[in-house]
Amino acid sequence: MAFYRSHVLVCVDPECLAKGAHDIIDALQDEFVAQGLINEIQVLETSRIGKCSEGPEMMVYPEGVHYHGMSVDDIPYLVEEHFLKGRIVERFQEVIKPLVDEELGPLRPKEVRVVLRNCGEIDPNNIEDYLAIDGYQALGKALLEMTPEKVIEEVTNSGLRGRGGAGFPAGKKWALTRQVQGSPKYMVCNADEGDPGAFMNRRVLEGDPHSVIEGMIIGAYAVGASYGYIYCRAEYPLAVETLRIAITQAREFGLLGSNIFGTDFSFDLEVRVGAGAFVCGEETALMASIMGKRGEPSPRPPFPSVKGVWGKPTNNNNVETYSNIPQIITKGAAWYSSMGTERSKGTKTFAVGGNVTNPGLIEVPMGITLREIIFEVAGGIKDGKQFKAVQTGGPMGGCLTETHLDLPLDYEALTQAGSMMGSGGLVVIDENSCMVDIARFFMDFTQAESCGKCTPCRVGTRRILEMLQKICDGRGEDGDIEKLEALCYEVSRNSLCGLGQGAPNPVISTLKHFRHEYEAHIYEKRCPAKVCRPLIRFEVQAETCTGCTVCARNCPVHAISGERRQTHIIDEKACIHCGVCVQVCNFNAIHVLS
Amino acid sequence: MTSLLKETPMNDPLKNAAQKAVIDSAIAENKERPGAVMLVLNEVQGKIGHVSPSMQAYIARKLNAPLGQVHGVVTFYSFFKTRPSGKHTIKFCLGTACYVAGVGQLIEKAKQTLNIELGETTPDGMITLEECRCVGACSQAPVIVVNDEVHGRQRPNKFPQIIKKVQNEA
Repeated sequence: MAFYRSHVLVCVDPECLAKGAHDIIDALQDEFVAQGLINEIQVLETSRIGKCSEGPEMMVYPEGVHYHGMSVDDIPYLVEEHFLKGRIVERFQEVIKPLVDEELGPLRPKEVRVVLRNCGEIDPNNIEDYLAIDGYQALGKALLEMTPEKVIEEVTNSGLRGRGGAGFPAGKKWALTRQVQGSPKYMVCNADEGDPGAFMNRRVLEGDPHSVIEGMIIGAYAVGASYGYIYCRAEYPLAVETLRIAITQAREFGLLGSNIFGTDFSFDLEVRVGAGAFVCGEETALMASIMGKRGEPSPRPPFPSVKGVWGKPTNNNNVETYSNIPQIITKGAAWYSSMGTERSKGTKTFAVGGNVTNPGLIEVPMGITLREIIFEVAGGIKDGKQFKAVQTGGPMGGCLTETHLDLPLDYEALTQAGSMMGSGGLVVIDENSCMVDIARFFMDFTQAESCGKCTPCRVGTRRILEMLQKICDGRGEDGDIEKLEALCYEVSRNSLCGLGQGAPNPVISTLKHFRHEYEAHIYEKRCPAKVCRPLIRFEVQAETCTGCTVCARNCPVHAISGERRQTHIIDEKACIHCGVCVQVCNFNAIHVLS
Repeated sequence: MTSLLKETPMNDPLKNAAQKAVIDSAIAENKERPGAVMLVLNEVQGKIGHVSPSMQAYIARKLNAPLGQVHGVVTFYSFFKTRPSGKHTIKFCLGTACYVAGVGQLIEKAKQTLNIELGETTPDGMITLEECRCVGACSQAPVIVVNDEVHGRQRPNKFPQIIKKVQNEA
């Protein structure tokens, strides 16, 4: 085989062909012969490089320089400059516009990308992109070189734990499903990422669907499953579409279907779409939904490993768990378990949101501290404000404070601190948010999403919400806090599924760390963060108001009056305390008092 | 429940040939697949925009499923609507990040501008205001979804422009 120092790839898509791509290739060959370079440089045909509308196009490797818009006459000059003198011809160079990705930017300090490694790097709608970066090699290794037991052993040794939040060891779950007698067995992927503030699964499904599919096939081989479902929430239409394309392509390439890689192992899967019910993220509810029923949870045991979809043994893992699998198989358990803490191995993706400078998706090794995530990876609190709390684990998690910032993040540490890992949403809250209001917000969510099957959750969440609303409205009484605590205890102890058991967590944790805010609402009828509407009023500061009229124009109830260039006045009686004026004022002239 | 399921010309699929064709093809496509009820309802909701009581009865009959199951599924999931919505839908994301970033003020402004409450449609049938669960665009909070298109970093004073744009699209 001949070796070349450089390769020139010319696009031969129909549009580029029409613009004379073949003439360019011929001209290049002629010129390389003339210059004596023909044994050093290889000219290849390729499909689409960039935009054919700007063709003809070519790519020069190893430099990775992208030229377009040149004609046959330009070729001698181009060859002389680039290949003889080693100077890039800027005239034909494609101007690379830096991709602005708000969610997932370039690698930030302290980040290690395992699950997110391909997101934004490959074309999710083209399986060949995934194959080109050694995709489906882990599947080949598992199927051809490893027994199912060996696969399970490798996953167990890696220390990978369920990334959906509960943290059950993945290898152990697979082993359980494998042991159970029964056929057929099913693989289920939980892509019902309902936690507000969490979007890591969406990003993986939209950016790297094949890693999830590959992980599922390997898992199916290990547990002996023959069919799979990916249950994706309806709020993610793009993810559903991407997955469907990916599954079709995998089928065309023989990676799904009968006798995969010529072995006697067969597996196929399909996408099932939810319809907007948060509780369907709970595994028993999810399986009820797949079966076309109301997504109501059922008591465990029997666990899905024993009795799942259609009453058959079912293995259920989260998107992130599956997408870790191919790399564990390829690089080995030792590599994976070298990252993280003693009990929680590997990396975890977090969706950092709320009041931080650089919100977005990050992936960090387990054991990193919250302080490192918030202040180093995410760039600290927005607008130089004061850090107040961080909500982890979604609506079933808890609020952690300044004192927990140096906690090394793993499943146990977060649970001990009164929160949980959850799917990995981190919502950072600054001094301008009221913790009672935040607790009320989460209760509002869980109350609405409670499926209504069991009484503690159905009635309990409603009562908790009413009590919180009362406190926020300034109608709180002495003894309310104690009643809240007692009710929270009962609801979390007696509810059927994780939703009800976790629902009081935001209240419990805010009561623990921010009790003084509750007390201020109840006893002083004041909201320290100046959020709860009935407890605040607005005032225009005469010295800073420029009379620009922007507040008056935007006030939804026309409660603000004042002439241009004159200090404006807010009519207390008409004001509904919505805060629009504060948001639109460009001079910070409207102050909130409580 | 039968009283809820009166056949009226407006929501009777049998009286609207185009709708009936959509429903029939959804049923034919998915009838043999396990868990067909959800599949058919998802398709009908996606293509027609609502699943009226008489459509539920029709689907139940065709799928040989109890009407109670179909009705139960429709009322359980928030994506299924039993009445048609406006031509355009503006949804407000109620995720945590959007809440912290002030989606409440946006909703207030929208309600005042259009003079309707959340979940209602303007009298001309043009715009429906809805709340929705986290759409996962938290880095751009606060977020609204206009006809399935996500608009991030919204401000109350910019909201009238959104409405104007939506109305012009008609």
